[in-house]
Amino acid sequence: MSAAQADGRAARREESAVERLYGWVDDRFAISRGGRHLLDKIFPDHWSFMLGEIALYSFIVLLVTGVFLTLYFVPSEHDIVYNGVYGPLRGQTVSEAYASTVNLSFSVRDGLLMRQMHHWAANIFVGSIVVHMLRVFFTGGFRRPREINWMIGATMLILAIFNGFLGYSLPDDLISGTGIRIAYSILESIPFVGTYLAYFLFGGSYPGTAIIPRFFIIHVLILPLVILGLLAAHLGILVRHRHSQFPGRGAREDNVVGSPLWPAFAAKTGGFFFLIAGVTALLGALVQINPIWLYGQYYPYKVSYAVQPDWYMGWLDGALRVMPSWEINLPGHMVPTIFFPAVLLPGITFGLIYAWPLIEAKLTGDYAEHHLLDRPRDKPLRTAIGAATFSFYFVLFGASATDVLANYLTVSLNVVLWAFRIACIVVPIVVFPVTYKICREIQETPGAGSRKRPNIVVRSAEGGYEVVPSEEYPGYVEREPDLEPVPVEEVDVVGAMQPEQEETPEGIYRIPRVFR
Amino acid sequence: MPEDREPTAAPGQAVRHEGARLPARGPQFEVAARNPRRAEGVVAVAFGASLLSFAAFGGAYWTNADNFVLGLTLGVALAAFGFALTYWGKYLMPRGPFEESRPMMATTRAEREEMVADFALRGKVAVERRGFLAKLMAAAGAVLGIVVAFPLIRSLGPKPDQSLYHTKWRKGSRLTTIDGQFVHVDDLDVGGIVTVFPPDDIGGAFSQTILLRITQTGNVVTEPGRETWGPDGYLAYSKVCTHAGCPVGLYEKLTQQLLCPCHQSLFNVLDGAFPVFGPAPRPLPQLPLYVDGEGYLRAQSDYLEPIGPGFWYRGGSNVMYK
Repeated sequence: MSAAQADGRAARREESAVERLYGWVDDRFAISRGGRHLLDKIFPDHWSFMLGEIALYSFIVLLVTGVFLTLYFVPSEHDIVYNGVYGPLRGQTVSEAYASTVNLSFSVRDGLLMRQMHHWAANIFVGSIVVHMLRVFFTGGFRRPREINWMIGATMLILAIFNGFLGYSLPDDLISGTGIRIAYSILESIPFVGTYLAYFLFGGSYPGTAIIPRFFIIHVLILPLVILGLLAAHLGILVRHRHSQFPGRGAREDNVVGSPLWPAFAAKTGGFFFLIAGVTALLGALVQINPIWLYGQYYPYKVSYAVQPDWYMGWLDGALRVMPSWEINLPGHMVPTIFFPAVLLPGITFGLIYAWPLIEAKLTGDYAEHHLLDRPRDKPLRTAIGAATFSFYFVLFGASATDVLANYLTVSLNVVLWAFRIACIVVPIVVFPVTYKICREIQETPGAGSRKRPNIVVRSAEGGYEVVPSEEYPGYVEREPDLEPVPVEEVDVVGAMQPEQEETPEGIYRIPRVFR
Repeated sequence: MPEDREPTAAPGQAVRHEGARLPARGPQFEVAARNPRRAEGVVAVAFGASLLSFAAFGGAYWTNADNFVLGLTLGVALAAFGFALTYWGKYLMPRGPFEESRPMMATTRAEREEMVADFALRGKVAVERRGFLAKLMAAAGAVLGIVVAFPLIRSLGPKPDQSLYHTKWRKGSRLTTIDGQFVHVDDLDVGGIVTVFPPDDIGGAFSQTILLRITQTGNVVTEPGRETWGPDGYLAYSKVCTHAGCPVGLYEKLTQQLLCPCHQSLFNVLDGAFPVFGPAPRPLPQLPLYVDGEGYLRAQSDYLEPIGPGFWYRGGSNVMYK
């Protein structure tokens, strides 16, 4: 036993059990050497940076509640006679998928809560991705070096929308079944390959018996795995680039200003996860979602009134409604009308989203690396383009409720539909200049965007009044503050990682390695 | 933040206890709360509430309480826990701001050239004089790629072939309801409507047909050339919308229009189910009917055009089988 080993043993005896355990692990992974940087990783403080966290945490809620649901859901279209606790359905022939969804809602302890939480979390997941994406767009967070991370995010949005659709299609109820029928028609409408795609996906002619089991495995395994992989890449790239930040408060291109991961950010973000899980649970308890026992089993020849998809499919449904009945007729072939709103429009939409970082760089000639975000008002053209585009999709989203609106307002469907047809062209045209003008005006307003400090009116003993500004908010600094630099441990990594250098033996080529 | 410590080990020596060397504490290490005692109280109350609520959730689960109680207790517990932790992090931890440096991503041209040169050089050494092997490997890989795609894609389902152009309706098929009843000419009153199928495809997604009675007697003629298609006031149309394939399930008796509830296409029943409103591009195909000797309704033939939404190989909008 060498002297050093003996010293180590003596030192170890003075340590607590936890320290010894950490030491045991540390001796095997050298966490103390590289992990220090993790503790000090700085996360900028801005409320808008939590939007992506909502997406991340609602995804975790989705995974947890989803695993629970898979234990009880039966992905099968076999007919059985329902014999469960829900009275109105007893004795009816339904599919196993439908029956098991009703059973897990009513007979499994906690089942309805988990199902409703899952559905709510899905809606929140897609919603937070969209809002997060808008934040990134309007602040220019997609610019170099983050273009690829923007595209990964866009891919996750597409997959989240797809998986949401697959998920709510699984119970085989009347409303989701109608959605699957529409999806089949959309697939069929694609030139050349559409009918083949539809037949391959559905295992033959509609409806067949393959679609629920296939949707199930895509929904619970394939897409979640892909999303998890992309999520890891998304966050890994974030760590590599370090977080973008707004200018001011000492933030520059070459630094990151904010809270360190340990402990402040860890506490805040960890607490935020529980907040989101809690809100999801409250929604699952208080707000009913997708009561499939009221819709009934899906049959291809039955249909319900006021059929609306989940919100994130709304823009597509609206586009299907406002699109005029134009088709392209070719000799022996045709392009059906739904191809344009249901395939071409999403294709253009996501094509533009993917390409936007490249388009903007081309238009502005700005190919430089940016880590400071823009205020939307400072880039009025981008902000106006974004707002106008978004308003177009927002109008389409509204158009998915034409029937409900016509009923509610007691106006003819005709009027409502034409109003939306006109609005989806006029609204963006109006939104563009208005947004542009608002941006310009805010730019010219002094002090816009900075935190307002209230003034306090103090009455003196003599009866005079005096206005004094209120105490500054702790931690808030208007301009260049004193920054606390994170101590950078100058560790000689090469020296630390490698045992004492011996001469390379004969016959082995030594690769010169530089650690960066 | 760990306490300040003097470095105890020489640089380069890996020691667990070395710890961080932090400079003297500035105002950044003070907490953000103006009144930390009060903030501690808020956090304590929230953790207390979450503790009680978690326990209540356990109780609710044990007693199999209903969804409302389960979700309320779980939701309050999680939210209170999350609020406490977030509040703690925001107000009772060093308020900062802290700063770390950020390296730029852009590499220098020299760095890239070095990398590329090294990559190319080693690759060149590896394949030098072995171009034949590389080509063979590429060919094997390409064949693998193509062949692997066969079972992954082609096994999924049959080719559509002719199935998109025909339904199960045949000459003489009796109009049958979902309960298996044959429809007799006396079954429907004027204004009546029922969904019918051929007897060998009851419930069929493509055969589903909507049968309406328009008048008491006489042939209903919707189009030239369809003089015999609507005997005794009966009309039959495909129930599959020509827009996106939903069942055209709603009938407005007053205006004699069929409405698709999915995207609100309206079809004029008297005019050969021509679309009068909404996104549907083509009329619903009409099924030619006749009344047999016993008074039962039967189909003269299959539909004379493909039913339902369009597809690439369907041909133009007015395609009709000859």
